[in-house]
Amino acid sequence: MPGTYLPTEYLPVLIFILVAEAFGFGALLIGVVFRPKKPYPEKLMPYESGINPKGEPRTRFAIRFYIIAMLFVVFDVEAIFIYPWAIVFDKIGIFAFIEMVIFILILLIGYIYAWKKEAFVWD
Amino acid sequence: MVSIGFFIYFAFAIVVLSLLVVTRKNPVHSVLWMLLLFFHIAGLYLFLNAEFMAAIQVIVYAGGILVLFLFVVLLMNLREELSIGKYTTFGPTGFTFALGLFVAVSMSLSSFIAAPPGKYSIDLIKQETHIKALGKLLYTEFIYPFEVASLILLVAMIGAIVLAKRRLKS
Repeated sequence: MPGTYLPTEYLPVLIFILVAEAFGFGALLIGVVFRPKKPYPEKLMPYESGINPKGEPRTRFAIRFYIIAMLFVVFDVEAIFIYPWAIVFDKIGIFAFIEMVIFILILLIGYIYAWKKEAFVWD
Repeated sequence: MVSIGFFIYFAFAIVVLSLLVVTRKNPVHSVLWMLLLFFHIAGLYLFLNAEFMAAIQVIVYAGGILVLFLFVVLLMNLREELSIGKYTTFGPTGFTFALGLFVAVSMSLSSFIAAPPGKYSIDLIKQETHIKALGKLLYTEFIYPFEVASLILLVAMIGAIVLAKRRLKS
């Protein structure tokens, strides 16, 4: 049930988040209050190492980045599944070992496929 | 109760942030609001005594899946979301349907009965640690969904490679 449990051991994390937020927003607020504000067109221009900016700031990404990101997410999730397995491995025994081997073998098929399809090649 | 207050905060924040994600015109803003949304969902998991889920929520969703979303946004190079009037205008028909659905769901909520608590009480999970309790269940009782998960991951991987490689060639 929601609202019946209080993770008291995470209080330092909450304090950390609150202090970080207060520091970040506080610094910005103090900056807004105290800095002189005299804008002119050159000052408002995006800074590009002293060169006048040209073209769109956004450019299309190569689709290769997407493949890399997708493969990263898949193997990220695989690693996440291995983590609790490693914790309880000695409690469950050979059964858990075999099922994890099956799990990794299935994903190994995908890995070999990606390799053969040259998804790791950057040209 | 403090924990009730936290739950109300998280529930409210999640609804507001979800609305912000779907209503922003700039897709990059949507993705950034989604980052905040994922952190709040992680907080909700934490208050459900599922600290491993909270960590996974931050690592996989905020760390991995959000990057995927950002790449797609940058791949499309959208300055502003495309809006097609036929699908995005809010007509009386859509309003009636949404209201009807809302009323139906609200009515069915009153007959909602929480299932009896299983053997994993708060104290037992505390004593055994959450990851151990989760692992014991996942790799014995829920072995079939676990193996199905590997197939879903395989499909995601092969699908991404097939789609992306086809675009590279053309």
